[in-house]
Amino acid sequence: MQTIAAKLKLYLPLIKSLQTSLLLLTGVAGYLSAHTAVNWIRFWQMFPSLFLAIAGSTVLNMWWDQDIDAKMKRTHKRPTSSGQVTREETFNLGMALSVVGVGWALMVNGLYGVIVFAGLFFDVVVYSIWLKRRTCWSIVWGGISGAMPILAGRVLAIGRIDAIGILLACAVLFWIPTHTLTFSLKFAEDYSNAGVPTFPSTYGEAVARFAIAFSSVIAALTMGLAAVWIGVTAGTLRLIIVLSAGLFFLAATTVFRPSERVNFSLFKYASMYMTFAMLLIIP
Amino acid sequence: MKTSSLDRVLLLATGLLAAYQIAIGIDKMDNVPIIAYTIAFGVLLVAGLLLIILGLEVLEAPAVVIVSTIIPLALSLGLIWQRVASLRIPYLIFAAAGFLAVILTRSIPMKNKVPVVTIAVTHGIAGITIFLLPIILSLRGDAPAGFAWVGIGGALIGIGGLLLAFLKSGKPILSQKFILTVLPGLLLAMTICFVIGFKYG
Repeated sequence: MQTIAAKLKLYLPLIKSLQTSLLLLTGVAGYLSAHTAVNWIRFWQMFPSLFLAIAGSTVLNMWWDQDIDAKMKRTHKRPTSSGQVTREETFNLGMALSVVGVGWALMVNGLYGVIVFAGLFFDVVVYSIWLKRRTCWSIVWGGISGAMPILAGRVLAIGRIDAIGILLACAVLFWIPTHTLTFSLKFAEDYSNAGVPTFPSTYGEAVARFAIAFSSVIAALTMGLAAVWIGVTAGTLRLIIVLSAGLFFLAATTVFRPSERVNFSLFKYASMYMTFAMLLIIP
Repeated sequence: MKTSSLDRVLLLATGLLAAYQIAIGIDKMDNVPIIAYTIAFGVLLVAGLLLIILGLEVLEAPAVVIVSTIIPLALSLGLIWQRVASLRIPYLIFAAAGFLAVILTRSIPMKNKVPVVTIAVTHGIAGITIFLLPIILSLRGDAPAGFAWVGIGGALIGIGGLLLAFLKSGKPILSQKFILTVLPGLLLAMTICFVIGFKYG
């Protein structure tokens, strides 16, 4: 029993619980944004299937990036890079979670399952294995994979891909660079030591800051448009506009008065913004 | 001074109340009051979130003077527009001119007392409006008794403004530590008063 508990303690950091929870929340928001009668059996099956698939892809990323993580100060203490969990064990865990998650998703609904699989494929194969060490533009594919849970949730509710689902996915897609580019600015030396190309190392910090600001603004605009299309109340729309204005203010400050503090504030605010926006599109 | 967990909880509660007011508390009003109150409570909400993220030290930034002017000006404009029809346009002009004057006098370096006088006049008129108008209307029976809570919120916003002014004066009567300790609670109390006042007013 103690061995299992110890193993679970080691495995927990591998699934990046905060990031996984936020992506899971986007899936739930996507489902509930349909404003249709909730099919509770499907809804409760979405949780474990989506959770397992997201967690599986995160673990597989850690399996592939073990050598990079070991070179970076930010990640060198992860159980995979510190040797507490072997590479083979990480791979087996990631595969098990992924297969069960995607399999479950396919059983719940075919199209939903395909989108969940696409998210996993874009994240592990296209982003991590193929592009991450080759080009700084890999983050676009990381963003696309991150946008899949919200699309999957909406598809599960309405049975097809619609314009609102794509808008919601775009909002998440453009929100993700705020996260990844802020990290690449904050831990530029780490990424450089690990040989991972980033926007700051390829195009300079000013371009990276502009990209953060630009993507934040586009994320807010697409979320606002999606909210209007969903048909949220006037009060909810006012709230989204206010929160978006805060995001625009910080984005402009990042460009015109750049500092590490402002960058990190934008990153944190953008995370809060996305959490609130997800809650607001739910009826 | 480090922002404590209690400060964060108080600021989050302030933000959530402001969010409630924007989303639900100001429905069924005319467009101008809705816009004015959305701006006022919106600044409060975003400021609350930024204070949680950046910490209370950010209150010492020069831009805070300008941003903190928006709340009383927008609130008082909404109140005047709702309750004193004859003063709508003059007050709208005053609010716009006052805000522009505050921006200009805080952006252009000046060694005279014009920036201080500008902020005092603008804050003073807006603050007195928020404090007295709801109380007078309630006492005269022109508004429900609950509307007086907005006036109490106005008094608290005035105290908050004074504390911020002390903080930025360089010669504070109260210590920085004291001001930063009471400010989150004061912001929450002020927002509670506004929410109650608008709900029962």
